[in-house]
Amino acid sequence: MVDAKLPKFDTLSLHAGQQPDPATGARAVPIYQTTSYVFPDTDYAASLFNLERAGHIYTRISNPTTAVFEERIAALEGGVGAVATASGQAALHLAVATLMGAGSHIVSSASIYGGSHNLFTHTLPRFGITTTYVDPRDPAAFAAAIRPETRLVFGETLGNPGLEVMDLPRIADIAHAAGVPVLIDNTFASPALFRPFDHGADLVLHSATKFLGGHGVAIGGVLVDGGIFDWRESGRFPTLTEPYAGYHGINFSEEFGPGAFVMRARAEGLRDFGASMSPANAFYLIQGVETLPVRMARHVENTREIVAFLDGHGAVSWVGWPELDSHPDRDLARRLLPRGCGAVFSFEIVGGREAGRAFIERLGLFSHLANVGDAKSLVIHPASTTHQQMDAAALKAAGIGEGLVRLSVGLEDPDDLIGDLDQALRAAARAVAPRAAE
Amino acid sequence: MEFLVDGKTTFAATGGRAFDAARPAILFVHGAANDHSVWHLPARHFAHHGYSVAAIDLPGHGRSAGEPPASIDDMAAWLGRARDAIGLDRAVLAGHSMGALIALSAAAAEPGRTEKLILLGPSPAMPVHDDLLDAARRNDHKAIDLITYWGLSRDSQIGGHRSPGLWMNGGGQRLLESAEDGVLAAGLAACAGFADGEARARRVEAATLLILGERDMMTPMKGGLALARTIPDARHVVLKGCGHMMLAERPNETLDAMRDFILPDAL
Repeated sequence: MVDAKLPKFDTLSLHAGQQPDPATGARAVPIYQTTSYVFPDTDYAASLFNLERAGHIYTRISNPTTAVFEERIAALEGGVGAVATASGQAALHLAVATLMGAGSHIVSSASIYGGSHNLFTHTLPRFGITTTYVDPRDPAAFAAAIRPETRLVFGETLGNPGLEVMDLPRIADIAHAAGVPVLIDNTFASPALFRPFDHGADLVLHSATKFLGGHGVAIGGVLVDGGIFDWRESGRFPTLTEPYAGYHGINFSEEFGPGAFVMRARAEGLRDFGASMSPANAFYLIQGVETLPVRMARHVENTREIVAFLDGHGAVSWVGWPELDSHPDRDLARRLLPRGCGAVFSFEIVGGREAGRAFIERLGLFSHLANVGDAKSLVIHPASTTHQQMDAAALKAAGIGEGLVRLSVGLEDPDDLIGDLDQALRAAARAVAPRAAE
Repeated sequence: MEFLVDGKTTFAATGGRAFDAARPAILFVHGAANDHSVWHLPARHFAHHGYSVAAIDLPGHGRSAGEPPASIDDMAAWLGRARDAIGLDRAVLAGHSMGALIALSAAAAEPGRTEKLILLGPSPAMPVHDDLLDAARRNDHKAIDLITYWGLSRDSQIGGHRSPGLWMNGGGQRLLESAEDGVLAAGLAACAGFADGEARARRVEAATLLILGERDMMTPMKGGLALARTIPDARHVVLKGCGHMMLAERPNETLDAMRDFILPDAL
């Protein structure tokens, strides 16, 4: 029996999307730091603008360095193509803007990144798009919330910050039965740990700033098209199935088949909204992606050691990580995320907000900042930072308590990280001890 | 556009311009378990350069109803009826892979109806590996994996798509996955049953262009060259480093070769 010896994940992390530079032979992906590209003649230029030829026109729409990053992520996620964006938030907006207009509706997991929550709750309604939030652990709630005008079901592989594991296969079945696609923010897992397309998702996005880059030097996002959803069959997506005057009546699903969404997202979304990734940032992010599988394995390994240290620690009231027996999604996590549940998790310090403050301020190796997925270990207090726009009810619905601390475990030696946490926990206990004695 | 052939709904993409049989026309024929979308760049290009374009979905493929015909001859005969249905007497005929066999057969059977002939990845015979055929008959995804493996050159398996951000492996696989069960097996069986390409080639009267992939593992280049030597008025272009999926692997070079051959002012 012959086998299809197609390149595997680790190989694709290093090579996908790139042929050595034809002009120079450069092995590394060059930074094509250019705004625009010379057209050989007027007909060639017109053909490029009319989507009759493949190629680059203007770096807002595409760039050779950025294209390598896009193709590599599409390969790692198992999609048909990807569009890089200026940030993860730009990727989410691009998905929404490509799929829907005023009067449309989104069904979203309630446990999502605060920035995504802001977009859905405070900004999109101004443009006539509303969102219903549901418990990510309740597939029936997704079914109940879908309406005739629903155009998207959205969630995160691992909820933020509670790490709720979405039962993606079930939720995707529910969405598809209603003719609605599923978009998954896979930032926390990365394709090295979880590939949403293998479990029913139709679209995937990342804040590439996080684990894909891994070095904390470049902001970026990426939106990946699985090429699976039948836009025509659904009948809910005129942007993809009806003639578009913006390109002389082009019908994206008719002409581009499985690549309809990604073609429209680039052709309209980057052309008109313009939230594109810079080639320099694409270069930085490519450097990170090259080591993604190696880094993710070490992130998970370190996280397991740190969770083991914190779980049961006297100064910690609970630890929320889906690999723990105490986590409500443990069985689902074992099924969907056998390679690990990432390196971001939350725990609650005994002593509430004051203990949390003392803990964070005493940490040395863990950096207090608003990011995750860096090679360096990070810490933040969600209630006062990333999720501060949420009111008390929304915070409660998202499982965010006042003493909740979120860690992003990096690649340092785990003994050093545990030592740092240990001394900070002791400081936190001392900070609240006098009050406890009163 | 949709029309009826043998009473069945049939679809052809027209490249973004309405089809007008009174204009010079190009008829594009896709390969096994593919559809009209593989032609999206040349279809748009020629539709915006003076031609009426019909990138047709064979029966049971894409948006066309019906069952896939059992043989290449059946498909070529069906193509003739499809041309009748849209009032297309003479046209440039272009086919890729299995579609090239259909176009070759149609051009040989009805020489007067072919203005010019373009064959992408053709071969005088198209034997199919037993493992591939078996997997396709079982609707096993392994068939799609093998087509991806043999269809793309080794370089293309790594990527470097000329259309920014597209991933060839994924795009090709999704298209094959979108075919109904049995469609791929029917197409591969029809290809395997095709054996007398050189006899048909001798009957072709139209000027013919063969576009061949230097690294084609599905229909090796030497078969295409043999056909080129047999067709009375043939020229060929070899795409360096390219596999069988030239429309994805070398979209601009493929388009340029077709332009040079078709458009009078490009000659």
